[in-house]
Amino acid sequence: MACGGAGVGYWTVSAVSLTAKTDGERLALVAAGSWTAERAAELEKIIEETARRHVGARSVDIDLTKLERLDTFGAWLIERLKRTFLVRGSAARITGLSDIDRGLIEELRLVNQAPAPRRAAPNRILLALDAVGRSIAEIGWSLVLLVQMFGALTSAALGTIAHPTRLRLTSMVHHLERVGWRAVPIIALSTFMIGAILAQQGIFRFRTVGLDIYVVDMVTVLVLREVGVLIVCVMVAGRSGSAYTAEIGSMKMREEIDALRTMGLDPVEVLVLPRIIALVIAVPLLTFIGSIAALYGAGLVCWLYAGMAPEIFLERLREAIWLPTFAVGMIKAPFMALTIGLVACSEGFKVEGSAASLGRQTTASVVKSIFLVIVLDGVFAMFFAGIGM
Amino acid sequence: MTNSPPVISVRDVVVSFGGTTVLDRASVDVFEGEILGFVGGSGAGKSVLMRAIIGLVPKRHGTIEVFGYDLAALNDRQRRALEQRWGVLFQQGALFSSLTALQNVQFPIREYLKLSPRLIEEIALAKLEMVGLSADVRGKYPAELSGGMIKRVALARALALDPDIVFLDEPTSGLDPIGAAEFDELIRTLQRTLGLSVFMVTHDLDSLHAVCDRIAVLSEGRVIATGPIETMLASEHPWLRSYFGGKRGRQVQGLLQ
Repeated sequence: MACGGAGVGYWTVSAVSLTAKTDGERLALVAAGSWTAERAAELEKIIEETARRHVGARSVDIDLTKLERLDTFGAWLIERLKRTFLVRGSAARITGLSDIDRGLIEELRLVNQAPAPRRAAPNRILLALDAVGRSIAEIGWSLVLLVQMFGALTSAALGTIAHPTRLRLTSMVHHLERVGWRAVPIIALSTFMIGAILAQQGIFRFRTVGLDIYVVDMVTVLVLREVGVLIVCVMVAGRSGSAYTAEIGSMKMREEIDALRTMGLDPVEVLVLPRIIALVIAVPLLTFIGSIAALYGAGLVCWLYAGMAPEIFLERLREAIWLPTFAVGMIKAPFMALTIGLVACSEGFKVEGSAASLGRQTTASVVKSIFLVIVLDGVFAMFFAGIGM
Repeated sequence: MTNSPPVISVRDVVVSFGGTTVLDRASVDVFEGEILGFVGGSGAGKSVLMRAIIGLVPKRHGTIEVFGYDLAALNDRQRRALEQRWGVLFQQGALFSSLTALQNVQFPIREYLKLSPRLIEEIALAKLEMVGLSADVRGKYPAELSGGMIKRVALARALALDPDIVFLDEPTSGLDPIGAAEFDELIRTLQRTLGLSVFMVTHDLDSLHAVCDRIAVLSEGRVIATGPIETMLASEHPWLRSYFGGKRGRQVQGLLQ
């Protein structure tokens, strides 16, 4: 920085001034003090005021001999003042430049010459329509991508079946540990609590009509058919789906996916297939564990809260469970796992260069997979009703 | 030059991570208005020393003074005021990926100075032009910029507040020789016009030759030599001989003669 003897110039910022002397149509301006970033706000007001007050000046001299310090901010403001006068058709020049400051003033004489691009004022209605159109196109596009991912996954899976040695077993087992084994405690705990809550609410209502024992039927059917698998899928989408998206997304950002491609490897086979196989194996197992934990929670609440002996609960449970009740939940689980995996991986591939895009796709991954899991659950409900299960 | 006090003074700094000591009583000075090239083998701790000075890495021992102020003795307010007086160009640019090139340069100005939006925009555009970028990069995001452009935008951001000191971490790495030479030239020009003191970590022998006033060499955790490039070339120290005397070093030497 062009510091005039102020040593390191760290705390010392002296006052600024721009004194004007008029002589007919001639204006002599003398700048003094530290024309630096710290004073820039003040300086901007000073130059605007000066320009306003001396509209009639035909010839302007800006004298800088009394400047103590000058940086880009000050130099730009001097340049702007000069340009203001030049635009009005006055003659303006800068005098008294020290050798150190000359380079800076010269440099700034060249900048900001191009006029700022004018943007047409946007029409609000058009903007709203534009946003609606874009989001609909976006939905369609993401469905196409999902189908595309499903196709790529199927082709990778068929290739792997034809050449089983191509399956990345280590990677698959690693992901199975992450999304399956390590998820057991939190899944068991949440479903346990859900089961307990369902039982407590049930007891509360059924007691008024004296049908306490049917709480067991209600909880069993709810948990095994719907709630168990749904809770597990929501947890897995939030826990593992988001991780899949973030991993694949950041690999895409750092060009790791491109590196795989150039080595002649299929990113879907290397990255997506092991992850989705791991999910398809893990989710049914977690659903089973979750359902058992929920029933355990329900049994505990029935015993402690309603005084129903565990033997009675188990006896009732045996009568309430019919194999299809259990099968319905378990059949749905792998399909939901596939949905979560496909959405998570295809969102990962959509990530672009920025950190914001990674965040956006991760959010989209979780929201979309939970939504699709619920839609799928509805489709299954109609299907099972149709075949009488 | 040497009779004025140094702007950065590092004395006996020790930095260790876990059990490994990266810097073992390293000392170096940067004087006002000079470009100091800081060299050393990969993993020797060049960037660590730079990060220790700017406060990103804690030191075990020693003192670091900037503008004569001991960094460890400053309170938060004084430290923030001091941080406005330096700019850092990180190796990968470290541009904020969710902001455009122009917004990246505006960011420090907006944070530290209460200025009108018009002035902030004008200054930021001026900085972009000063680092040799045309006005059409202003609306582009870092992901849409080439490596050389990212370095330029990052330099403009480092210079946003008109700092007195600029830290450059391998500014020319990843640039083609023409781009690297242009960047060296740019650093030289800006250093002259803005009167900067520059602390430049580099591996680029051409940069060392073209722009550095003095060179400091880090080896085994210590600064083993400082001086202009002629001194380095004349040195008998085995590491310096292999660094500057290798095939690439000889080319630079050839240029000097």
